Amino acid sequence: MSERVIPPKPLSFPGGIHPAKDGKGLTEHKAVEKAPLLEDYVVLVSQNVGAPPKVTVKKGDAVKKGDILAEAGGFVSAALHSPTSGVITDIGEAPGPMGVNVPAIFIKADGLDEWSDKLPAGLNWREASADELKSRIASSGIVGMGGAAFPTHVKLSPPPDKKIDCVILNGAECEPYLTADHRLMVETPERVLAGAAIMGKILGVENIAIGVELNKPDAIAALEARAQEYGVKIVGLKVQYPQGSEKQLIYAITGRCVPTGGLPMDAGCVVQNVATAAAIYDAVAEGHPLIERVVTITGDIVVNPGNYLVRIGTPVIKLVEWASGVKSEPRKLILGGPMMGFAQKSYNVPVSKNTSGVLLLGGAEIIQYESSSCIRCGMCVRGCPMHLSPGPLSMLIENEKFDLAGQNHVMDCLECGACAYACPAHRPLVQHMRRAKAEIRRAGKK
Amino acid sequence: MGTTILVAILFTGVIALLLGIIIGVVSKLFSVPSDPRVELVLGLLPGANCGGCGKAGCADFAKAVVAGECPPNKCPVSSSEQVSSIARALGIEAGSEFRQKAVVLCGGDVNQMKMLTLYNGVSDCVSASMIGGGPKSCAYGCLGMGSCARSCPFGAIEMINNLAVVHAELCVGCGACVKTCPRNLIKLVPADSEVHIYCSSPVKAPLKRQVCNVPCIGCRKCMKSGEEGQFEVDGFKIKVAYDHQPLPGAEVVDAASCPTGCLLTEKQHLAIERAEKPVVEEEVAS
Repeated sequence: MSERVIPPKPLSFPGGIHPAKDGKGLTEHKAVEKAPLLEDYVVLVSQNVGAPPKVTVKKGDAVKKGDILAEAGGFVSAALHSPTSGVITDIGEAPGPMGVNVPAIFIKADGLDEWSDKLPAGLNWREASADELKSRIASSGIVGMGGAAFPTHVKLSPPPDKKIDCVILNGAECEPYLTADHRLMVETPERVLAGAAIMGKILGVENIAIGVELNKPDAIAALEARAQEYGVKIVGLKVQYPQGSEKQLIYAITGRCVPTGGLPMDAGCVVQNVATAAAIYDAVAEGHPLIERVVTITGDIVVNPGNYLVRIGTPVIKLVEWASGVKSEPRKLILGGPMMGFAQKSYNVPVSKNTSGVLLLGGAEIIQYESSSCIRCGMCVRGCPMHLSPGPLSMLIENEKFDLAGQNHVMDCLECGACAYACPAHRPLVQHMRRAKAEIRRAGKK
Repeated sequence: MGTTILVAILFTGVIALLLGIIIGVVSKLFSVPSDPRVELVLGLLPGANCGGCGKAGCADFAKAVVAGECPPNKCPVSSSEQVSSIARALGIEAGSEFRQKAVVLCGGDVNQMKMLTLYNGVSDCVSASMIGGGPKSCAYGCLGMGSCARSCPFGAIEMINNLAVVHAELCVGCGACVKTCPRNLIKLVPADSEVHIYCSSPVKAPLKRQVCNVPCIGCRKCMKSGEEGQFEVDGFKIKVAYDHQPLPGAEVVDAASCPTGCLLTEKQHLAIERAEKPVVEEEVAS
């Protein structure tokens, strides 16, 4: 009699959804291509959470690739570097990813693409001190490249009363359609692993894990092949959205809960994206600041979807051109993934440090619906990874009862969109949550 | 059997009598003296509770008027006859009258502006302004989702072709809409003003031209045409100097012959918005 082997349940978190169509097949086997050099770049000044950096260049200045364009405007801020060599043609306004015009630096490339001679030399991270490594990360302008754009050196400087014993890298890439992190892990696992080890060294932590969803077996294999050298554990995770959200990832891997209103450091963890880790490795080992990243350009209507290594400041329209355009008229342009990305009005919006994907949706992928009243089915409650009740909350918010929404923990909402995806009445739940969060923050400031 | 019914009736009767006495005594003991004049003034007020006077409602306003804290003409809804009847009832001065009305300073309906994206979200201007500023091309124009129209207690704002338009004859100038507009497009202006520049965008003219057919491009043609002081420059646009004497309406518009057509009388503005035009085809992005 043979024994039945029951495979262990993959690690996950309560709640969440699994989109029926994840669209990853469009690009997950396409190697990252290096994008050609452009003539014009538009670098948005504020690409990080926190204080916007202070512009240090002026119109007419000649810059080299990697030269500082703007210095960090405070501790929670990140420097900005030139994506190529050329001349600053203007400092003005350009369409930003949030739909409004924001300050930007316009650069005309000279085509030489020369590295600046002011860049620091590469360090051997195994020998360098923690402070040296940390200041290198800060001066390289590295921010969280998963989407939040939180300055990385701040996350790596926890206050002394918070004990960090765990560094977690997010390779879950739970957003449908996006495969930028996936390709990064498959193609250059050593950069990701070394970046993780550098973070472990800075924080003095031995316990380093990379969480990867089980739908990326090639990425898990590539990482695992070299993981021993760097002392990193690779953890397979259930394919569930939003597995890549900090709090969910911490719960899935360590079983710890981040308290309401708290940060990962309250659970003894620091969470970083795998792309951030790769950027950290580049900054430390080669001295290169963060000026390029992998971006997925995808969607059913894109002729040749793929992954590109593009410079920060590349207008989205160029990515569409590289992907050989579209088959039919797109109805929605989204920066980021379909769940948490932001719909854009203009193709001229440039790629920022946190742009992981460019999504063009059209045809049957866009359903224009009428939202109706809540039917109290509870699908949103089941979907919410934060144990909120989005339906009742949305009703409170529709009636502008923001204080009651606050008492019901609307501030814990991470805007993942699982509730709105699950809602059979097509209620715009996330938009309601965003409104309430903004109103509560505004009331708190007064 | 008969006695049971009798006892029950007697019992409830006694309880009712007792409770009645208690209520009577308590109401005498704890009575709050109320001014009959407040009731009188409240009866003369419109009772819309719009808050346009700055008080919590009509009852609060009536108390303030009786207490002499507030002249009766502070009520923006009451006509001058109603105000003077309140003043007569109380034997006080009515105060000189200054009436206002609201105007939405934007002419960008769906025919004049592009719809840049598909908007599927909450039909509320504040929510829309938080996610990339809604679907319309101008970042300073009317969002067209009717938050102001819903806030108006008098139904004076109509949404025509995705643009809020105030019907001056219904507007009492309470200012409820001014607070709701996330783009601050609604201004309170003197009720006798006729001509407005329907644009609030502070950006340079070429940028406005890209997003709208009827922007104020700040050409100053209007300033040169009419009387001095009727218009003033405000950044990259012109605004009507409302504290100047009232403008003689259509003549000013004719004399100025605004090249973009954003300087209009209210009547002309309404007529344009109502006119049927072919809707500009939806464009995803410029």
